[in-house]
Amino acid sequence: MDRKIRVLIGKPGLDGHDRGAKYIARALRDAGMEVVYTGIRQTPEAIANAAVQEDADFVGLSLLSGAHNHLFPEVARLLKEMHAEDIILFGGGVIPEEDIPGLKEAGFRAIFTPGTPSSEVVDFIKKEFTS
Amino acid sequence: MLPIGTEKLSDLVQKGATRAVARALSMVENGHQEAGLLLDSLFGAFFSSMLVGITGPPGAGKSTLVDGLLRHWRERDRRVGVIAVDPTSPFTGGAVLGDRLRMQDHASDPGVFIRSMGSRGHLGGLSGATRDAAQILAAASFDPIILETVGVGQAEVEIASLADITLLVLVPGLGDDVQAMKAGIMEIGDLIVLNKADRPGIDQLEAAVRASIEMIPEGRPVPAIVRCSASTGEGMGELTSLLDALIAGAAARDLDRRSRIRDLLQSVIREKGAALAGSLVAREFGSMDEAIDSVLSGLTTPYRIGGMIEGMLERNNEG
Repeated sequence: MDRKIRVLIGKPGLDGHDRGAKYIARALRDAGMEVVYTGIRQTPEAIANAAVQEDADFVGLSLLSGAHNHLFPEVARLLKEMHAEDIILFGGGVIPEEDIPGLKEAGFRAIFTPGTPSSEVVDFIKKEFTS
Repeated sequence: MLPIGTEKLSDLVQKGATRAVARALSMVENGHQEAGLLLDSLFGAFFSSMLVGITGPPGAGKSTLVDGLLRHWRERDRRVGVIAVDPTSPFTGGAVLGDRLRMQDHASDPGVFIRSMGSRGHLGGLSGATRDAAQILAAASFDPIILETVGVGQAEVEIASLADITLLVLVPGLGDDVQAMKAGIMEIGDLIVLNKADRPGIDQLEAAVRASIEMIPEGRPVPAIVRCSASTGEGMGELTSLLDALIAGAAARDLDRRSRIRDLLQSVIREKGAALAGSLVAREFGSMDEAIDSVLSGLTTPYRIGGMIEGMLERNNEG
């Protein structure tokens, strides 16, 4: 059996800056994962739907606009609604320290803020995948 | 994994349950041990959907074209499946699958199922699991099913043998590449799409394509040629009506069943045969690597190992 880790990287909302998302996508590819990139300006519905169709093991959301407190939990809610709450969520972008506990509460296993080395994201995924 | 059995999964797939379809696709992609059982239960759908292959060089606008086709078929209430294959890195085994990017308009439409696949070392532009994946989408009542794959050489002749209709997408600026492609690829396309027709060089491209087509031997089908610009939508009307006519024609012909089953049976035999032979080698030597060690140290040769496998299989047959 040739099981590969599948990660969907999504950019919800109106922010069009996807350098970070693409940087992470490449780093995960280089770590041997299959990365589905949805592109910018996606609705939470589109991201959740894509995650289920792609049978992603992980969904990573990137956002720099400040709307994470609304959009991130919405993706989590929709995945639960689609009986896909076993998909592991993580997030990244310009996210203030004080918002992180709330996002974790909403189901995000990890939040990576600017300056995080990509290897940290890779390690997080590998560790969560085997456990 | 969902805590359900293969039989239940098969039921859910046929009801079109998204998560079940997605899980079934992963099973065939990962070579899950029950994938054969699942596909067996869904074999009734093997001929039920039209498979439309789309191939062409990177950057030819294939995904944008697929987006246009999705719009066309959704307006006509067809449930459409898409399998988009991107190359897997031979060095890391990873892949960035970005075809969804151009199909965003359909991302939350339940009548469209898009699945991205890495080629995972399979040659010919397709993933080894593409055929089986298409069968699962067919069982979930998606029709037509679009198979999108990068292709620049002759290897993607494979997509023509798998799909009912094959579109070859070309763009201006490929220069002499068109010349290089003509021998193989010109003969596999049912429809040659000259995309980005608003760009300079489109006349030269069409001339080169027409010159190549003239070399197709008499009696063999000649592909239609259509100019379009998938991003502006120009020419898409002509393309979709040509394509719909080709699909209707292929459905009426219904002649490829025998060769389709032959292809499928041959590949099942190859897969099973290779797995069985591989396990015999592992049993005899411990592992493939140990077999290689034996060859390197001069104890045996690959041909002698082949003969040994043959002997073992024959003895098994007689017993």
